[in-house]
Amino acid sequence: MSIERVRIVRAREWARPERPARREVLSAVPQLEEGRPPLLFVPGFGHGAWAFAEHWLEHAASRGFPAYALSLRGHGGSEPAPGATLRSYAHDVTQVAAGLPRRAVLVGHGAGARVVTHALARYPARAAVLVAPVLGGWGTLGAALRRNPGGTLPAVFGGGLRLSRRQLFSRELPDAEARRYAARLGRAGRRAQWQLLTGREPEPAVGRPPVLVLGSPDDRVVPAAALTRAARRYASAPLLFPGMGHDLMLDARWREPIDAILDWLEKDPAPAAG
Amino acid sequence: MSSSTDLGRPDAAPGTLAQTPDGRPVSDRGDTVCVIGAGASGLTAVKNLAEHGFGVDCYERETGVGGAWNWRHDRSPVYASTHLISSRPFTQFPDFPMPDDWPDYPHHSQLLSYFERYADHFDLRRHIWFGTEVVRVEPVEGDRWDVTTRSTGGYGPERTSRYAAVVVANGHNWSPKLPRYEGLEGFRGEVMHASSYKDPAQLRGKRVLVVGAGNTGCDIAVEAAQQASRCWHSTRRGYWYAPKYVLGRPADQVNDSLLALRVPLRVRQWLYHWTLRLTVGDLTRFGLPKPDHRVYETHPIANSQLVYYVGHGEISPVPELARFHDRSVELTDGREIDPELVIFATGYLPRFEFLEAKVLGDDEGVGRPRLWLNEFTAGHPTLAVVGLVQPDSGVFTISHWQSVLFARLLRLRATRPDRAAAFAKKVAAGVGERYSGAVKDSTRHWFEVGHADYLRAVQRALDELEGGR
Repeated sequence: MSIERVRIVRAREWARPERPARREVLSAVPQLEEGRPPLLFVPGFGHGAWAFAEHWLEHAASRGFPAYALSLRGHGGSEPAPGATLRSYAHDVTQVAAGLPRRAVLVGHGAGARVVTHALARYPARAAVLVAPVLGGWGTLGAALRRNPGGTLPAVFGGGLRLSRRQLFSRELPDAEARRYAARLGRAGRRAQWQLLTGREPEPAVGRPPVLVLGSPDDRVVPAAALTRAARRYASAPLLFPGMGHDLMLDARWREPIDAILDWLEKDPAPAAG
Repeated sequence: MSSSTDLGRPDAAPGTLAQTPDGRPVSDRGDTVCVIGAGASGLTAVKNLAEHGFGVDCYERETGVGGAWNWRHDRSPVYASTHLISSRPFTQFPDFPMPDDWPDYPHHSQLLSYFERYADHFDLRRHIWFGTEVVRVEPVEGDRWDVTTRSTGGYGPERTSRYAAVVVANGHNWSPKLPRYEGLEGFRGEVMHASSYKDPAQLRGKRVLVVGAGNTGCDIAVEAAQQASRCWHSTRRGYWYAPKYVLGRPADQVNDSLLALRVPLRVRQWLYHWTLRLTVGDLTRFGLPKPDHRVYETHPIANSQLVYYVGHGEISPVPELARFHDRSVELTDGREIDPELVIFATGYLPRFEFLEAKVLGDDEGVGRPRLWLNEFTAGHPTLAVVGLVQPDSGVFTISHWQSVLFARLLRLRATRPDRAAAFAKKVAAGVGERYSGAVKDSTRHWFEVGHADYLRAVQRALDELEGGR
C-alpha cells in the first residue's frame, strides 16, 4: 500500500458540522464480557438495523462478540432525513462507533460498505468488513441498470432506488420471507444516491485497520468482478459464498458469512501495512 | 519497530546495563516511548504512538486522566462554570468525535467524560502509570533519554528508565503567573489567582475586583456581576469581545467558513469589525477602552455576556492597577476602589521543571522554549512537546496531529533515516517560527497560533516527511 496522505485542515467540515439526528441502534451483547471488540453493522441503502437484528446480531453475541447495528438517518427507526448525504451517513457511523465502549469493528453491507470506507477515514476502527460492497462509481449504475432497469431508472431521475427481492435473495429463501423483507425496504436520500455515483473517493483509512471483503458470486447487485476490485483495494481477495443473494445477512444460509467474519476476527488480524 | 505488547513494569525490564550518576541501575525500555502527562495531549500522544506500533509508558502525577480538565486534580484550573471557548468541531479529536447531541460549547465535566471515554475506547490506561511524577529527563547518547520518576509527593525511591523518545505533554495552564504590585503584601482584602477560583459562592455578596481580560477573567467577571455586590473589571487594554454566536451559528464556525474560502486576514478583520458594530456597537460608550489593536492580534475572547453585564451596569470596567493600599486599590487613572476580594486572572506560565532549559532551546532561562511547530527542539530529534499551543480554536485537534507527526517521524527514523535527517535540518532552521498574524508581545501570546495557519504548517511538514505526496 502506498503512503497515505492524511488531510488535516478541514475548514469546510468544521464550519458546517453535520446536523445531529436521532439514530436507531439495535444491539445484542454476550452475557459474559470476553474482551472481544464490538461489531458495528452498517446496513446499505434502503435497509435498517432490523436487517441485522434478524439473525446476525444474536449470532455474533452468542459467539462472544458484542454486536450493534445502526439505522442510517432516514432509514429504519432513525430520524427522517431526506437531504442526507454520504457525509451524513458516515457521520452517523463515526458517532455510534465512538459511543461504543471499545474500538469497534465496522461491518458495512452494500452501499453501507461505501459509508464504512468513508467512516474509516475519520475513525480508527479495529478492523473493517465489507459485505457485498457497493463502492459506487459509474460501473455501479451500469450493473444496476442491466440487472434491474425498472427499479434503477427512476433513481437516475431523482426518484428512489427500488431493489427487487430476486436481486436480494436466493431462491432458497422462502417466498413469504423474501416478500416480508422486501416490504420493509426504505429509500436512501437522493443526494446520497447520487454521491454514490459521483462522489469523491474515500480518503485513506486512519489507524491501519485490516479489511475483509466478502460477497457472493451470484449476487445480482454486485458483480463478482466488483468484489475482486474492492478486495484488491485492500490487498486481499474476497471470500465468496456461492448461491447467495445480495442480502447475505437475510438469505437462507445467513450463518456461513457471519461465521466466516467472526472466525477472521478471532484470528486477531494484524493491522494493515502502511 | 517494537511491539506494543511489551508492557512489563518499567523497573522489571531485563536490560540494566547502564547506571545513573548516583549508582542506581537504569532499566532499558528499548524502543518504548515515554509520554509525560495523561491529560488531553498526553492521551492522544499515547493513542497515536501505540497506533503506530510503539510501546508506550505514560507517567501521570495524578490518579486519573484528563489533566487540567479533571476538576479533582490539584493543578486543574477549571471552575464550576467552565465551558469550552471553541465549539465542538474545533475541539474534538479528529478521529473520535464528541457526541453530536452535546451542546456547541460543552461543560468541563462533559470534557472529562470525553477524555475518560477516549482512554477506555482505545484502551490507553494500560500504558499509564498513575500517581507517578517525572523528576528528571536527561538526554543520553544515541538520542535516547533517561527518565527518572517517583511516586507523586516524593514518596518512595526514584527509578530511572531509558527510552527511545520522549513526549512532553505536561500542560501549560497550571503554574499561575502573578503580577507584582506595590503594596500588595499590605493589602487587607482577600487576594487569589484564578486557578483557585472554583465556585461562584466565593463571590457572593462581596465587592470583587477581577484583573485580566482573558477568557477566564471575563467568565469570572460575569459571575461576579451575577453574584457579587459590586464588580470591577480591570484590563490592561481594550479588547474585542467576540460573541459566542453570530449569524445564528457558533462564531468560530462562521470564521472558518471564511477561512475555507481563503478570505484574507484584512478582509476578515473588516468583516469582524463590521459584525461587532451591528451587534454590540461601540464599547467605549460603556467606559471600556478602545482596542489598541486590530481583531485577531490578541488571543480571541469569546464571551457574549461580558458586554451584556457592562451594559447593565453590573460590571464597571476600570484601567490597570497602579498600587495597593491598606484597604483600597489605586488605579492608573488615579481613582481608588475598595474591593474585598481581588482575583488575578492573569494567566499561567509553562514549566518544565524536569528538563534543563537548554534542551528546549531556552538558552536565557526566561522560561520560553524555542521550538519549531511549537513541538520540536533543535538537536534533539527524539523529543517532542505536545499541546504547547494557544490556538484561536481547540487544542486537542492540534495535539492529535502533533502526535501523529511525531509518531511518523519516529517510524521513519528506522526505515528512512535520510528523511528523518532532512526533518531535523528543518527543525534547526525553523526554530521560533510563528503561525499567526502579528500579535501583541506578551507571555500570553508566546504560544499563540492561528489554527488554520498552524495546521497547514503541520500538514506541510507531514507531507514532506512522507515524501511529498
